Amino acid sequence: MGSLFRSEEMTLAQLFLQSEAAYACVSELGELGLVQFRDLNPDVNAFQRKFVNEVRRCDEMERKLRFLEKEIRKAGIPIVDTGENPDAPPPREMIDLEATFEKLENEMKEVNTNQEALKRNFLELTELKHILRKTQSFFEEAEFHHQMQDPALAEESHALLLGDEERGGQPMRLGFVAGVINRERLPTFERMLWRACRGNVFLRQTEIETPLEDPVTGDQVHKCVFIIFFQGDQLKSRVKKICEGFRATLYPCPETPAERREMAIGVMTRIEDLQTVLNQTQDHRHRVLVSAAKNIRVWFIKARKIKAIYHTLNLFNLDVTQKCLIAECWCPVADLERIQLALRRGTEHSGSSVPSILNRMTTKQAPPTYHKTNKFTSAFQAIVDSYGVASYCEVNPAPFTIITFPFLFAVMFGDAGHGLIMALFGLWMVWREKQLMNQRKDDGTWAIFFGGRYIILLMGAFSIYTGFIYNDFFSKSLNIFGSSWSMANISDEDIEKYDMIELDPNVTSIYKPRSPYPFGLDPIWNMAENKITFLNSFKMKMSVILGVLQMSFGICLSLSNYRFFKDPVSSVSVFIPQLLFLLCIFGYMVAIIFYKWIAYDASISYKAPSLLITMINMFLFKFPESQDDYLYSGQKGFQIFLVLLAVACVPCMLFIKPYFAWRAHKSGKRTFGTVQMQVNGAAEDTAVIMDQDEGEMPPPPPEGVSGHKEEEEFDIGELLIYQAIHTIEFCLGCISHTASYLRLWALSLAHAQLSEVLWSMVLHIGLGFQGWVGAVVTTLVFPAFAVLTIAILLVMEGLSAFLHALRLHWVEFQSKFYKGEGHQFVPFSFEALMEDHN
Amino acid sequence: MVTNEVLCSVLVSYDDTSHFKMVGVAIPLVVVTLFWLIIGAGVPWAIPKGPNRGVIQTMIVTTAVCCYVFWLVATLSQLNPLIGPQLKNTVIKYIKWSETEK
Repeated sequence: MGSLFRSEEMTLAQLFLQSEAAYACVSELGELGLVQFRDLNPDVNAFQRKFVNEVRRCDEMERKLRFLEKEIRKAGIPIVDTGENPDAPPPREMIDLEATFEKLENEMKEVNTNQEALKRNFLELTELKHILRKTQSFFEEAEFHHQMQDPALAEESHALLLGDEERGGQPMRLGFVAGVINRERLPTFERMLWRACRGNVFLRQTEIETPLEDPVTGDQVHKCVFIIFFQGDQLKSRVKKICEGFRATLYPCPETPAERREMAIGVMTRIEDLQTVLNQTQDHRHRVLVSAAKNIRVWFIKARKIKAIYHTLNLFNLDVTQKCLIAECWCPVADLERIQLALRRGTEHSGSSVPSILNRMTTKQAPPTYHKTNKFTSAFQAIVDSYGVASYCEVNPAPFTIITFPFLFAVMFGDAGHGLIMALFGLWMVWREKQLMNQRKDDGTWAIFFGGRYIILLMGAFSIYTGFIYNDFFSKSLNIFGSSWSMANISDEDIEKYDMIELDPNVTSIYKPRSPYPFGLDPIWNMAENKITFLNSFKMKMSVILGVLQMSFGICLSLSNYRFFKDPVSSVSVFIPQLLFLLCIFGYMVAIIFYKWIAYDASISYKAPSLLITMINMFLFKFPESQDDYLYSGQKGFQIFLVLLAVACVPCMLFIKPYFAWRAHKSGKRTFGTVQMQVNGAAEDTAVIMDQDEGEMPPPPPEGVSGHKEEEEFDIGELLIYQAIHTIEFCLGCISHTASYLRLWALSLAHAQLSEVLWSMVLHIGLGFQGWVGAVVTTLVFPAFAVLTIAILLVMEGLSAFLHALRLHWVEFQSKFYKGEGHQFVPFSFEALMEDHN
Repeated sequence: MVTNEVLCSVLVSYDDTSHFKMVGVAIPLVVVTLFWLIIGAGVPWAIPKGPNRGVIQTMIVTTAVCCYVFWLVATLSQLNPLIGPQLKNTVIKYIKWSETEK
């Protein structure tokens, strides 16, 4: 079997890399993605490692790149994704990259500052322009007003407007300030002025129609022009302070209209000039960003790769001679050739003459678990790994889960119509894989559904099959082969007389003996009032049968484990009693289920014994008096034998294994296999790998001992307790897990009932109307039916059945053989790194 | 209502000599068993060599076993039914009419 059945054989390898070649070799290994480096300096602080400076420089580069990216995005320039995957540049190129980034960053910062200053200037000039325009109307209004009312006042305000300094003893001298303030702040500003100056100031304001751009944030703000008239210096200072507090900008406004006109013209020219400069600055900035946007993705990849390489180099040990770096890594044995090639390539690239060396090491540590998966199997492997990563070299349930998981889902889902929709959805996602892969990466829910596209496709396909068997197509049955139940011989008077007739299968004209509907459930049951009674019996028995089958298969997988780890004691003392225990009790139950189906028909149904009572009585050693109530002859003896056999299995499970362990310990032999630390040193000039001259790799240590030092103490009590717990867990688990499989019945019943409710309460009512009314009502009712079907039956029930199928696998199936105590093989791979960042 | 029962789409196929189609259990049993046997025990040998051979073989055998057992359980449970369907007299009337029509 391919490596999916068990983990790949992994080996610990030691790499000797020349200091100059190290960088290039690590780069090649990163591209390959097949080795997992171990940290040889776990006690060293991150700041004391050898390459910390380089990592810091890479961090700086990344920061600059991020700044540039932000600017590019703000300017709305699309970042070109050429799909190129550049190699990590050599260290000398890093300096060039740093210089480029530095230059770009400085340029951008400068341009940004300049632009800000220019914009601020522009804003001031614009506000001044508005002020000059609006205050013109204030002064005119004030003049007109005063002229009308008071000639004396008019004279003096006239004088004011004309800017005539000499007033000649006029007691009132109005000063004014003009400025601009945010529109929102204006009412409070007015009120504050009124209160603070005790009503002795006069405020006029008008709105600026066009919003102005704030130089810092770039937002559009609405502002108003205001002018405040007051008398005296005290009021002037008060007004100025209030303006400051409300962040209103004040502008010097000339008093005479002639001066104002001059100023306005000057301001207009300056605004025009500034606008040109601003446009040019904007263009320049855009050009810089566009040229940066072309390369930024490539730069990001390069920077990240360099950083990853230096992080990895930090894990290495420096040799005593300071000439070469030593690395330890886990790698799959089957890929050692490719790793060798990568090392050779790296050494050549760096121009070093000394080849890099890879030595295999033996160790007692448990290697990481590596399952080679492709895009199809990886989803199912992920399901298994979510519960626990397989221990090294133990049986991987994933290849079986590929089929059993969708199958159990389908047993609970069981509707061909809904299955069809689900299968089509899965098919669409699989067909459009490549396009959909790059879209909508940010949406988490979609990513989950897309990641499970193969699972959804299989679940849908199996649901179509089970839907046909359950004869359930959107809660309706199909009659393809002709029902096995016939009404032809039911008399018409009976039909008139009785509201409800229960057909008797004993009557040959109604049901011909032993001629069931050939494929699935008979469609007549869809219309029967006692449909659920029949279905319950069928589905419960089916659930238990499937459950016992899956659990027996799980126990058989544990035998495969014992044989691989060369543990004959367990094979005999654990596997056989476990299997016997399960089969004697629940295998027997499955057998009598089948027997009762075949041996008893309607003619003797009155004396068909209840299977449940039979099982209970089997354990109570209670047997019926009359010969009729037995299922088969010899039942009494056979059942007693089975019970005794099952009970006899329990002490076997409890005592045999600890006994053998104790005996082996006593006789001084270590039956758990010996492992030694071997390090093959000796670098040769031409040798590249120390081949298997130590013979075959010793089989990996059995799960019980992995990771421990050689045990000097041997605690029989601990072993007995451990074994007892496992035995109790197994025996009680047999019963509870078998019952747990009844959820297959429960969920399929729930699904069928929900489906029926949707039909009878929604679509049926819609289709019940005739004529034009019917057409309209149906048009309205069908979307409601469709939405409810998808939301309730597909999404909710789908998730529910998914969850329960998952639980059945994780608990009921895997507890029979799976330890799941391994750790995942996480190779140093640039591909994985880039995916993480995306 | 008329639509109530008819909508369950009872398409009945007829044997000329009898009121309803009678198929014993032998033919379906043999056909289906052979079908899944060929798929489960025969097709795996035909899978071309490649890295995924083992997985595909496992998948085929598992599918065959699961689907066959499921069908077998459904058929056997209906082989000798101990109870019959309880139908409304209107349903019986329509089915009887459709059976004796042709």
